[in-house]
Amino acid sequence: MPDAVRKIRVRCHVNNRPAEFEAYPMSRLLDVLRVQGELTGTKEGCGEGECGACSVLIDGVLANSCLVPILQVEGASIHTIEGVAEGDRLHAVQQAFIAHGGAQCGICTPGMILAAVNLLSRYPRPTEAQIREGLAGNLCRCTGYIKIFDSVVAAWRSKERNA
Amino acid sequence: METRFIGTSVPRKEGREKVTGRARYVDDISFPDMLHGVTVRSPAPRGRILSIHFEGDIPWSEFTIVTAKDIPGKNCIALLIEDQPCLAADFVNHPEEPVVLLAHRDKYLLEEARRAVRIEIEPLPAVFTIEHSRANKQTIWGTDNIFKSFRVEKGNVDSAWANADFIVEGAYETGSQEQLYIEPQGMIARAAPDEGVTVWGSLQCPYYVHKALVVLFGLPKNRIRVVQTETGGGFGGKEEYPSMIAAHAALLSWKARRPVKIIYDRAEDMVATTKRHPSRTRHRTAVTRDGKLLAMEIDFTIDGGAYETLSPVVLSRGTIHAAGPYNCPNVRILSRAVATNAPPHGAFRGFGAPQSVFALERHLDRVAKVIGMAPDELRSRNFIHEGQALAVSQVITEKVNMAHLMNRAFELSDYHAKRKKFDAENSENTIRRGIGFATFLHGAGFTGSGEEYLASEVAAEATSDGYVRVMAASTEMGQGTNTIFSQIAAETLGLGIEQIEIMQPDTAGVPNSGPTVASRTSMIVGKLVESATREIQQKLLAGGLLKPAYTAKDFAQACRNYIAENGPLHTLAKYEHPRDLHWDDTRYRGDAYGAYAWAAYVAEVSVDRRTAEVRVEDFVAVQEVGKVINPVLAAGQIEGGVAQGIGFALYENVVWQEGRMLNAQMTNYVMPTSMDIPSIRVFFEEIPYSRGPAGAKGIGELPLDGTAPAIANAIAHATGADITRIPITPEVLMETLESVHA
Repeated sequence: MPDAVRKIRVRCHVNNRPAEFEAYPMSRLLDVLRVQGELTGTKEGCGEGECGACSVLIDGVLANSCLVPILQVEGASIHTIEGVAEGDRLHAVQQAFIAHGGAQCGICTPGMILAAVNLLSRYPRPTEAQIREGLAGNLCRCTGYIKIFDSVVAAWRSKERNA
Repeated sequence: METRFIGTSVPRKEGREKVTGRARYVDDISFPDMLHGVTVRSPAPRGRILSIHFEGDIPWSEFTIVTAKDIPGKNCIALLIEDQPCLAADFVNHPEEPVVLLAHRDKYLLEEARRAVRIEIEPLPAVFTIEHSRANKQTIWGTDNIFKSFRVEKGNVDSAWANADFIVEGAYETGSQEQLYIEPQGMIARAAPDEGVTVWGSLQCPYYVHKALVVLFGLPKNRIRVVQTETGGGFGGKEEYPSMIAAHAALLSWKARRPVKIIYDRAEDMVATTKRHPSRTRHRTAVTRDGKLLAMEIDFTIDGGAYETLSPVVLSRGTIHAAGPYNCPNVRILSRAVATNAPPHGAFRGFGAPQSVFALERHLDRVAKVIGMAPDELRSRNFIHEGQALAVSQVITEKVNMAHLMNRAFELSDYHAKRKKFDAENSENTIRRGIGFATFLHGAGFTGSGEEYLASEVAAEATSDGYVRVMAASTEMGQGTNTIFSQIAAETLGLGIEQIEIMQPDTAGVPNSGPTVASRTSMIVGKLVESATREIQQKLLAGGLLKPAYTAKDFAQACRNYIAENGPLHTLAKYEHPRDLHWDDTRYRGDAYGAYAWAAYVAEVSVDRRTAEVRVEDFVAVQEVGKVINPVLAAGQIEGGVAQGIGFALYENVVWQEGRMLNAQMTNYVMPTSMDIPSIRVFFEEIPYSRGPAGAKGIGELPLDGTAPAIANAIAHATGADITRIPITPEVLMETLESVHA
């Protein structure tokens, strides 16, 4: 590593808890979360922002954590897959992915679930076109997406039933 | 019989771990003191290694460096034969061939070090295409560049041409395709001369890795242990190459005396690991005026890359499927897998069949056009029926009704009405619409005597609290192994799903149930799960410890009593090859597969005449796969396979330059996104298979066979373009369309 670059201290919130990281400024948020944060639910699929396996929410915005340098998240609120369930109680989207076959190999699932949660926060009753577009940045090689669409629809319906 | 779990959509066994991010994939696992490993690859496609230099401003003394001379046993990745080196010693035969391995604690420094290794090569002439390989002006493998060839003969092809009203010829090409599982490949190894070797990783076939490491280290079998971690997709891509990565990680660990992790980044995974074999197929078909097939002569060639690896087996499946589900009296299939100086091509879902089925189903539409008959009419007049023989002379004994499957797919897709409507409207429109189909079969399980040779085993063990553990080497990689095995075991034992535990595949703890490939897991291994768990039940019933019509509590009590009296309650089921299945490997004829899945797929497309872009607008997949064990999982298999087939047909274009993949990024190697997939409508006909668990047949590979030709036939219908190769990128289609109107 070039000697001139010093590690910096970054303070932020991760899954509603205060967190502090010491890392090189251009370290990828993905690596910092996985290694220092021990939050290995965030996955690396391509490292170039194409596949969405590393998706996290930064201040409510869906982002590819492989493209975010750690220096950019000072003061931000980050949500990862580990923060989606409330304790043992799964989020409606997680339940729907289990019940409707939205997860197969599971490697795109954390990112896909965050994308779906984010989608439902923007469109509580999304149309099919909104679902397709909302998940277009998250690649899945197993499902052909159909069961993922089914899961998202089941999730918003169950949320409405339980509201 | 009343079933409780078979045919119901039991939720995925490991679903909760996957949706919460708790499932542990190989890169999620770390050991204290662990080093990272990287691979330095050949700078040239073919040549002699002259020297290796460690250059640059790198503290080389901190690194663990491994070359071929550090290998304790035999320098090869043992598979069918032992031709592929683990690390090139004197010669390199493709541009991604591993030569040097490096390990260090710091991943970033390691990457700089990789770039500072200079391998000096004296180049040798290389071969990059099927055509050049066959010409054999430059021999790069054996004496003729041919890894394997097959000849299938049925009837007398030579005598049939004279009686033909039409003879139709065609030449077809399919490109390579990357499996593109979203989890790149990786392994962790802990190895030391006094302890042996343990590897953990993302893989399909634990015992393939085990076999390769036994040979590489020259150690007894019990000193090698292979453990599968949660695996983020495989599709065939994690069938053989994990042995290479495991070997590399283990060699570094052996020398460093510390655990070593190797995780490929996406680019390395795409360039170095196996992809689908590119193919060339020629058809010559004799047919009567009323559409009766008289003779089919098929010449099928696949590009195996630099080493033999699995190419003979891929070629075998492609060859056997090349003549499809038709009853043609005279068939000759000649096929071969040839060598080129590209990284070895390997298993990808469908395993040779998608290539030869594309050629056949596209060809039959062209035959129909020549004789002036509707493509479905041509198929209908030639579909195979019970009692008739496939090209390999296998007489079909199970029920089959291809015309029914096709007509059901037509009803569900409104095929006939749409075909007419599009024909009437197309000439007016910039957006042309088309509808096409393919009818096909896929054999489940290993070919011929393969299953007999594998002699798979599954164990089961009951605990004293009434849980039953299923022990098999068959891996879960998303397709649903854990859930299907749990359903079969729970159904057999009359227990709840939660009382069944599926052991993690670990060669130290599970018997060899064979590789997780060939659509064999549910059908072949599932049957062994049924047998092993039934034997547990029978032991309890026979000993009088359990009465028929028992509760879970009775079962637990019976297990407790049995174990107290007799020790562990453990059973082992072994595969027994059905006596009435016969295969002649020298003449390549006989019962190629115990069972076939049968299918008819219909694709509807739109083509923009200005940009030559194709969209798949609707897709109907009708198949007969025996009893469906889990409808959600089964439909998920078909939908996912169709999506991969759409990629194979339209988008996924591996660009080669001198044996190297140029577009090894997800940015420029394009797989379907949620925006590119039509509604995929999946329908099952269920005819229970007499030898499958609860009547199930194999399903996993089937959807790759028929999707691409259905789409190609739809594009031909929409545009009149004579499609003969895939992927049909806009560039390819535009060229073809220009030739139509030239």
